[in-house]
Amino acid sequence: MSRRIYMDNAATTRVTPEVFEAMSPYFTELYGNPSSSYEFSGKIAKDVAEARKAIANTIGADEQEIFFTNGGSESDNWAIKGVADALKDKGNHIITTKIEHHAVLHTCEFLEEHGFEVTYLPVDENGLVNPEELEAAIKPETVLISVMFANNEIGTIEPIAKIGEIAHKHGVYFHTDAVQAFGHVAIDVNEMNIDLLSASAHKLNGPKGVGLLYIRKGVKLSNLIHGGAQERGRRAGTTNAAGIIGFGKAAELANAKLKETIAYETKLRDKLIKRVLEEIPYSRVNGDLTNRLSNNANFCFRFIEGESLLILLDSKGICASSGSACTSGSLDPSHVLLAIGLPHEIAHGSVRLTISDEITEEDIDYTVDSLKEIVGRLRDMSPLYEDFAKKELVG
Amino acid sequence: MSQVTEYSEKVMDHFSNPRNVGEIENASGVGTVGNAKCGDIMRMYLDIDENQIVREAKFKTFGCGAAVATSSMATELVKGKTVEEALKVTNKAVMEALDGLPPVKIHCSLLAEQAIHAALWDYAEKNNIVIEGLKPPVNDIDETEEFYKS
Repeated sequence: MSRRIYMDNAATTRVTPEVFEAMSPYFTELYGNPSSSYEFSGKIAKDVAEARKAIANTIGADEQEIFFTNGGSESDNWAIKGVADALKDKGNHIITTKIEHHAVLHTCEFLEEHGFEVTYLPVDENGLVNPEELEAAIKPETVLISVMFANNEIGTIEPIAKIGEIAHKHGVYFHTDAVQAFGHVAIDVNEMNIDLLSASAHKLNGPKGVGLLYIRKGVKLSNLIHGGAQERGRRAGTTNAAGIIGFGKAAELANAKLKETIAYETKLRDKLIKRVLEEIPYSRVNGDLTNRLSNNANFCFRFIEGESLLILLDSKGICASSGSACTSGSLDPSHVLLAIGLPHEIAHGSVRLTISDEITEEDIDYTVDSLKEIVGRLRDMSPLYEDFAKKELVG
Repeated sequence: MSQVTEYSEKVMDHFSNPRNVGEIENASGVGTVGNAKCGDIMRMYLDIDENQIVREAKFKTFGCGAAVATSSMATELVKGKTVEEALKVTNKAVMEALDGLPPVKIHCSLLAEQAIHAALWDYAEKNNIVIEGLKPPVNDIDETEEFYKS
């Protein structure tokens, strides 16, 4: 009875054996510091360069435009604070959205405390940014537009190419937090006019603790981490060789089977959404159904609360997450669900299921069957459902 | 981070196998407290006999694991008690009976205490009696209907 169905791949993913094998020599055998001058380290530096090149290739970038960091949050911090500092004589205005990851939102709030002005664009009921509204928000003082590639909670993919086009038309740098999209969606930094892009290895079956910032050649950006000449003098810190090798392998593998994975996951995701909406009354799916990550399904079940749902799913071996306040330790439910217009009470009853290509159709059926049972059980003890049912019977 | 991993075995037990879930028809007192906006609503039903002893207690709760567990424990604690004794079932007593709660969940035990008080208040109102030290409950709002109308 130790069945485990991992449906929280937006939180993190499994390091696949292939990636782990590629990394392992760099812990115990090839442990030298790639910055050292002896031959032993030279081989490692060469392998890191190969990985950098492999990663650059997956997004149409030049290898010299890829800078490794310790993860997505650092990359977001670097991109935003780096541009803000480098262009502080040009302007102090940043445009972003209300549904960004906190790595972007909290960084923007930090800059607001230091004299910057930030526009947080609203999104529509599906979580999409309106490019016209974005264009209208651009001012002479605007130095950066930061819009996520795909949302981590509801899976909505933003009109990135359109936003990039607008940004460049106005001569404003465009950063995208692509942590959820990198390795899951086809990305071309040139076609999409992306100047800065954040990504993280552990969202695509790579290791935790390594990410990257793509910086287009010529983009002005101050350093965030000072103290060494690594990453061509732009990001200090001993090179995480094993991590980078793992990231490179993961990116290569993800890219090679991208179309296949998207097709497979889309089929399962759509089955999951269809069955839930058809078989569980008073449920809704959140996010855009067309412009959507292939691995993401996000639901709200009326009259019940998300944490209770998660505990009961867990007891059935299903790992999921929720936008409920109770799971975040704050009083408010997910800022993303509120931004798409959901009332607090509905947002509290949300669950996010993010699949992978390791999930089977049988897993989907088991999950829906479990959800049906659990939602029913929680509604039976919900005073909100009781009131609703009584009202329905009377009226 | 999730608080789930911080729940005691007793909390998990009362969440997974809640005692006294349900309604009491023609209950002596019913109290609903909390706010859907904040993610917790508790409703407590009490059946109180002519000697002012709580014969039965049932609940319905919308909320997290701790909210369900504290409701369940609160109904267990008031059963068999006089109304005066039931009024003294504090949030601390509920918490202790559950072997503690994670710090961010302490408000759930307060809600359980308030639910008992609200049900007792309803009982007192219906029977025109005064229970020493009992204060009237606070009502809350509901924004959901508006959402579904639009």
